[in-house]
Amino acid sequence: MRSGILAPTLVAAVLVLAAGTSRQLYAQGRAGGRAAPAPPPTARAAAPIDLTGNWVSIISEDWRWRMVTPAKGDYASVPITAEAKRIADAWNPAKDQAAGEQCKSYGAAAIMRVPTRLRISWLDDNTLKVETDAGTQTRLLRFGAPKPPEGPPTWQGHSVAEWEIAGGRGAGGRGAGGTPQPTFGNLKVVTTRMRPGYLRKNGVPYSADAVLTEYWDVGREPNGDQWLVVTSLVDDPKYLQQQYVTSPNFKKEGNGSKWEPTPCSATW
Amino acid sequence: MFSDLVKRHSIVLLTLLMGLISVPADAQIDLSGNWVSRQHEDWEERGPGPEVVDYLGLPINEEARSRALAYSASMLSLPERQCLYYPPHYVVLGPQGLRIWSDTDPVTGREVAWKISAAIDRSIITIWMDGRPHPPEDDLHPLGGFTTGKWEGNTLVATTTHEKEGYLRRNGVPTSDRTTFTMHLSRHGDTLTILGIYYDPVYLTEPHAISRSWQLVPTGNLTPRVPAPCVPEAEVSTLQGDGAVPHYLPGQNPFIDEMTKMYKIPREAVLGGAETMYPEYRKRLKDTYVPPEKCVRYCCGWGGGQGNAAPGLQCITGGTGTLNER
Repeated sequence: MRSGILAPTLVAAVLVLAAGTSRQLYAQGRAGGRAAPAPPPTARAAAPIDLTGNWVSIISEDWRWRMVTPAKGDYASVPITAEAKRIADAWNPAKDQAAGEQCKSYGAAAIMRVPTRLRISWLDDNTLKVETDAGTQTRLLRFGAPKPPEGPPTWQGHSVAEWEIAGGRGAGGRGAGGTPQPTFGNLKVVTTRMRPGYLRKNGVPYSADAVLTEYWDVGREPNGDQWLVVTSLVDDPKYLQQQYVTSPNFKKEGNGSKWEPTPCSATW
Repeated sequence: MFSDLVKRHSIVLLTLLMGLISVPADAQIDLSGNWVSRQHEDWEERGPGPEVVDYLGLPINEEARSRALAYSASMLSLPERQCLYYPPHYVVLGPQGLRIWSDTDPVTGREVAWKISAAIDRSIITIWMDGRPHPPEDDLHPLGGFTTGKWEGNTLVATTTHEKEGYLRRNGVPTSDRTTFTMHLSRHGDTLTILGIYYDPVYLTEPHAISRSWQLVPTGNLTPRVPAPCVPEAEVSTLQGDGAVPHYLPGQNPFIDEMTKMYKIPREAVLGGAETMYPEYRKRLKDTYVPPEKCVRYCCGWGGGQGNAAPGLQCITGGTGTLNER
């Protein structure tokens, strides 16, 4: 008799706990996800975080190498190869300017370290547009499986984006349609096909083989401030001895009143 | 028939149940492991050390500036100051790697705390995850402060209060014991990024944010605790017994224009202030700034030490201007 009660009780308990655990595994993102819901139709609707709006870079790190053009030969913090040093030692900004190469330090591998404001918006349901007022550059972060563009590499390269969903606890619904969405997550972007440029204004190079991987995280503070941190990993077998890891941070601004586009400059 | 199967395997099912229960209820991602510091940001400041007067990019007020200009590093040689640790917020300022682990309740399996290893000059940071409140404001301020945390998706958000007075930069820029420090710890694959934000009503005019990255090294063996107890001893004979505290009187810091001489950066920028953090500050410099002709010190380096920190390069890695200085 007792075992007759035990059996269905055990089954029920296992089912209840299994259901709870599946939620936990889903919450752990890529590690689990057995019961992941069907993917939403567009990247915009699936957005777990809101990146749109106006952001300003806060230059609290590497000030001397970002706010002003450092001296020729100043490569502190960058894990360059001897070949990269040879090229950087020959840096000639006047020559770059004359050759129409004044945007070399505004390419995708460097632009987020440049003191700038960002204006982020949706170009369409599967493309985030990131504009910078410094150098008047535009990055297009394309979701899905976008076809690489034809033609020569560009300063901003080809960026493939994906949301990394980590939530599952709440119903945010930031996107269109009002479908309950996971609350937390981040953006991952992989950029290739970049035109060779400079990691630093004073000629520290990255090559056409460089790959930029970025993780975009947004955090909200108790005082209401919103911060964007872009963890940037640059792999370049030609010019870097190890992966170059930086994490520029940006603060959300209420409007675009301080937006002031300026052209690229090889010297400033 | 299904019930018979359940009966026969009830022990297995009970074991399975225990396994399910032991899954940590709150952890969203595993932060544990040995994380090596990537000093591709502010290597000079974090490794060899900042210039004596370099407050660039710090939103400090006049009081903080005055205290920083009065600071002499020789002060640290005083026996009574040799064992003063840095507050927990030094975790994103210093050069050290991190060992991170969690403590769990042995019965429920729920996480009680996350811990970040100590360094030679910083105590262990315990991030309490069990919902306990912060102590009253006038409670004891221990070397490790008091920190609580919560998960926001894959990000662990920690808040530290009850710090002791310390430094925002290793050249004497002060932080007060009223500082609140928040950390956002985000792991992406084998990369860990910590965004640290400082709120100091005594010395800062607005929040100060720093973000740093580390990378997972499974073979690392970082020491979780302070390697050895600090034992002060007399290092400098002239500092013994007379009660003198090394310092600079107002207006007499001899290094105030060193950055201007070496890097052509005007004094007003060197002395910091919130305005120096924003892109528009470049306008003030654009028409007058001329970069130095060449780099003469700390030109290459991304490791932890001063010497030979740029493997394979013939480069000036130290402060004296010689190649690959050790």
